[in-house]
Amino acid sequence: MFDWRWDFTFEILPRLLWATVNTLMAAGIGYAIAVVLGLVLALAQRTSFKPLTYAVRELVEFIRSTPLVLQIFFVFYVGPQFGIRLAPWTAGMIAIGLHYASYLSEVYRGGLESVPKGQWEASLALNLSPARTYFRIIIPQALPPSLAGMGNYLVGIFKDTPMLSVIGVAELMHTANAIGSESYRFLEPYTLVGVIFLAISLPTAALIRVFEAWVRRQLGMN
Amino acid sequence: MSQETLSDFPLELEGADAPMVRFRQVTKRYGNLTVLDSLDLDVAEGEMVTIIGPSGSGKTTVLRMLMTLETINEGVIYVDGKPLTHMPRNGGLVPADNRYLRKMRANIGMCFQHFNLFPHMTAIENCMEGPVHVLGLPKREARERSEELLEMVGMADKRDQHPSRLSGGQQQRVAIARALAMRPKVMLFDEVTSALDPEVIGEVTNVIRKLVGEHNLTMLMVTHQMGFAKDISDRVCFFFGGRIEEQGKPADLFGNPQRERTQQFLSAVKEAS
Repeated sequence: MFDWRWDFTFEILPRLLWATVNTLMAAGIGYAIAVVLGLVLALAQRTSFKPLTYAVRELVEFIRSTPLVLQIFFVFYVGPQFGIRLAPWTAGMIAIGLHYASYLSEVYRGGLESVPKGQWEASLALNLSPARTYFRIIIPQALPPSLAGMGNYLVGIFKDTPMLSVIGVAELMHTANAIGSESYRFLEPYTLVGVIFLAISLPTAALIRVFEAWVRRQLGMN
Repeated sequence: MSQETLSDFPLELEGADAPMVRFRQVTKRYGNLTVLDSLDLDVAEGEMVTIIGPSGSGKTTVLRMLMTLETINEGVIYVDGKPLTHMPRNGGLVPADNRYLRKMRANIGMCFQHFNLFPHMTAIENCMEGPVHVLGLPKREARERSEELLEMVGMADKRDQHPSRLSGGQQQRVAIARALAMRPKVMLFDEVTSALDPEVIGEVTNVIRKLVGEHNLTMLMVTHQMGFAKDISDRVCFFFGGRIEEQGKPADLFGNPQRERTQQFLSAVKEAS
């Protein structure tokens, strides 16, 4: 029956909060990788070198069409067969970073395509270098329309960090599982995990909307 | 663009009477559609040439090719005595590479129908971007130059506004200042008043009038404003079907057009206005 024990709840709370730090770190590092690598993947698809464009396009499609948990297992367990031995954290960050990079590259692609052709033409008419055109003219304008999507995936990567528990990364889920198998009580740890995720996700989503409005203002675009 | 070396075009245009812009046998095709058909056109230094004609006659393409926004299929374009679309190699001309194009492009400035100001930069930042990051001017000098030009187009008081805060006519005037800040030898105006409300067209045409009066700029303009074209052009070219059907001094072309298509076009335009 419903048997919630508050004393047990408070006993395990500090441990779970510590694990939350790991979860936040995993989400933060993974997202940082994804934000940068995603831009590389998006720009690589816009080069005039066709083989690269196709290769990256296929890679992105492949990653987006297979489960994250499989990719995590693959990097961690299959890597050693090719002599690539990675710690759980490293393997996990590579897998989740690459996975979300491929999603973010699609967000960027949409953002980049939303910049009017006239902006490219004006940049060319002013003789701006291709790098300057991208980083000073096009990407700043592609950013605001990309922010909503980027925000969704920030919350997404955070909620996907429990998958790292399958290779032993000591994040929230992993810790809750450990508590459960030590004490044979699952109700409190899992409930707490849910509450902690909710308590972080909801304000983050709101903050992203504030941030989006702020960026538009900074760029003078509203 | 053909890859083989062109040998029957000169590597350079020399002499005092060499034009600022020369199109030689320039053909542009989109698939099966020939937009420009063996075009020959010279524009002298300091000359204001206006291109008129029905839509689809290739007039905007002329400007876009000069700005290197479009490649050409045949022929050669020269700017300031040097080939633009091609570069000299082994005694002949080969299609220009990006580096050569960047060097040549510095001679040309362009204003667009939809202004194309950078929306995340203020008016003066728009004007300073090229001088600072392409010409390598010190910021202070670029700012002074930009302020002068914004003053000239009557936009000095709006220098710190973003384009979204400006009317179409104001945006177009900033765009003219932005193009001039690069000190081009040739300025291109592509239907710069077509997207404007009627009551602000005058503020843009007045700026162009001023340029014609005070500067020795070579200018090519595509426009639907026949009255304006008549007022300020040294020469008007009527384009039809990718060719120059008729050209001449504005008084002659508007007052006494020789060709039937020119007459038809001009009377159709007159009826519409």
